[in-house]
Amino acid sequence: MAVPTIDHTLDEILNLAALHFKVPREKLTPDDDFFKTLGIDSLQALDLLTRLEHHFQIELPDYELQGVSDFRTLANRIQARL
Amino acid sequence: MLDLRQYASLGAALKDALERWPNETCLIEADRDREKVRLTYSDFKEMAQPLCRALEDADFKAGDRSAIIMTNQSKWLISAYAILFCGGVLVPLDYKLTALEHLELLAHSKARFLVVEYYLWRAITQLPEFAQLGVEIVLVTEAPAGADLHGAYRWEEFRRKGDPKFVVRQREDTACIVYSSGTGGRPKGCVLTHDSYLEQCASLTAWYPFWPGVRYLSILPTNHAIDFMVGFIGPFVCGACVVHLRTLRPEFVRDAFVRYRISYVSLVPMVLKNLERGLRAKFDELQPPKRWALNRLIGLNRMMTRRRPRLRLSRRLLPEVHKAFGGALRALIVGGAFTDPATLQFFYDLGIPVACGYGLTEACTAVTLNDLKPFRADTVGKPLPGTEVRVLNPDGEGVGEVAVRSRALMSHYLDDPEMTAQTIIDGWLLTGDQGRFDGDGHLQLCGRKKNMIVTAGGKNVYPEDIELVFDGLGLKEFCVFAANFLWPQRTLGDEKLVLVLRLDEGQQIDDRLREEIGSRNRRLADFKRVAGYLLWEKDFPRTATLKIKRGELAAQIAESATRAQMVQI
Repeated sequence: MAVPTIDHTLDEILNLAALHFKVPREKLTPDDDFFKTLGIDSLQALDLLTRLEHHFQIELPDYELQGVSDFRTLANRIQARL
Repeated sequence: MLDLRQYASLGAALKDALERWPNETCLIEADRDREKVRLTYSDFKEMAQPLCRALEDADFKAGDRSAIIMTNQSKWLISAYAILFCGGVLVPLDYKLTALEHLELLAHSKARFLVVEYYLWRAITQLPEFAQLGVEIVLVTEAPAGADLHGAYRWEEFRRKGDPKFVVRQREDTACIVYSSGTGGRPKGCVLTHDSYLEQCASLTAWYPFWPGVRYLSILPTNHAIDFMVGFIGPFVCGACVVHLRTLRPEFVRDAFVRYRISYVSLVPMVLKNLERGLRAKFDELQPPKRWALNRLIGLNRMMTRRRPRLRLSRRLLPEVHKAFGGALRALIVGGAFTDPATLQFFYDLGIPVACGYGLTEACTAVTLNDLKPFRADTVGKPLPGTEVRVLNPDGEGVGEVAVRSRALMSHYLDDPEMTAQTIIDGWLLTGDQGRFDGDGHLQLCGRKKNMIVTAGGKNVYPEDIELVFDGLGLKEFCVFAANFLWPQRTLGDEKLVLVLRLDEGQQIDDRLREEIGSRNRRLADFKRVAGYLLWEKDFPRTATLKIKRGELAAQIAESATRAQMVQI
């Protein structure tokens, strides 16, 4: 199966984050600080990571999220494992 | 448990623990739902001895400082045991710090040895400052085959055959250097002796005993004072078992309670709140008749456990709730930061005892703890045995600075006699926290006197430590404060940092500057970020050496500005 482009991955992440935390998709942009935009703490961010793992069918260790606070960097980490 | 009065060092007590309960399980390591390691005390000894011997051969000497930067896992405890067995001084560092912060603390602690996980080591080696690393021997765990280790050894291969020689240490010798905070600014390395730990362990286990068969779920980082004591030393000297979970994903944490029939767990308020959210969501999904019945049972349990916890009764009244926690949970230990009393009460009403306490790294682990006789959600409990707590200069309501005296206190801050002299006076540790005692001898915390915040995740953040990231902003001067330090309030929780900005003559705050502040703020770890800025129109008062007089500036701001003038970033 072809690996999706980084833009596609990013778009999927934004869609899933919007759905998971019940915020309008148009309010989220790639460089948003997701802790602030979504109003979540680090444990809720881990919840999102689990959701993303299921969607992309990959496994991401918790440390992949260490120091990551924007959707674009998160997309890069996920893309590297696709 | 072992009689700790007989031991001169942590190493000696742990060594005897391995002999005393050879067939009991001491350590389980799981990653998600996969169990990776299960060790008896005898297995643990077998794993640790070749490492001890290899350290000996590497000329490891008594008093050598050895840092550990790892997530919670079996190799953390095995390495710590080996270091203490060989007479070393343990320097547990927070794995959540940045690579640069790790380098700064390694330099400050003058660590000679380092045990580190591969992904953290890789980040350290990629920094230009790596060239200045003074550590002599580095052991890297779980490095992939063929990885460039930059001169480090693989932990798994750093082993020698033969019986290692135990190195005797005395009670007054240093056991650990634990950083309570301070990177980029003025590192606060708390120097704790073997006596501190052995005394503290004896006090804590007097109230919350462990025994063989008890299982402690370790999800707080082991470098944290609470988990080091309650998730390593305490269980081991009592023959109990530590369960490490290499993920904090809420669904796997919940699963671990059941899978391993956990007896105790220590949590910071953020994790407790998350558990509460999960339970409340489940309750909300119940059909109205079931919800009504649940509420009645919770009410009945609350009434029946008013004077003391009654675990068996609570498990019978609310079996589904207790099954979700594995059915063997004896208490949740909560500390590290302010916890909302409503959250504590929520769990207690479900029949899950919550031991809420108060402590600080400078006092080893804990100062006060709720003894559950009866449970109180509105206090941080009573002073532990052997611990004296006083409220200094109380006001009309009995509120003053909390001071502590006990054998568990740190001996000093590493290489900082000035800060030590300001913090420990005549044997009393000045905590900087404001509190009062109620009529039952319970301590209630009411605020903070010092310029710092404690996050819901139990992290201490000192404003001076994060100012570096704002250096070079295009304006006249700036300073970071804890909002509660500027505008004290009689509550804890929801603590924030504020960036005070003094613009150049005629300068206006514009989008470019706001964007620059936001972008620099995002470089900080999420828990260290400033919440807002405050525009200040006077020059900052400074000393003859041009240091900002923070106290004076804070007093001026408190007098002429209000919290409402803070602009959110």
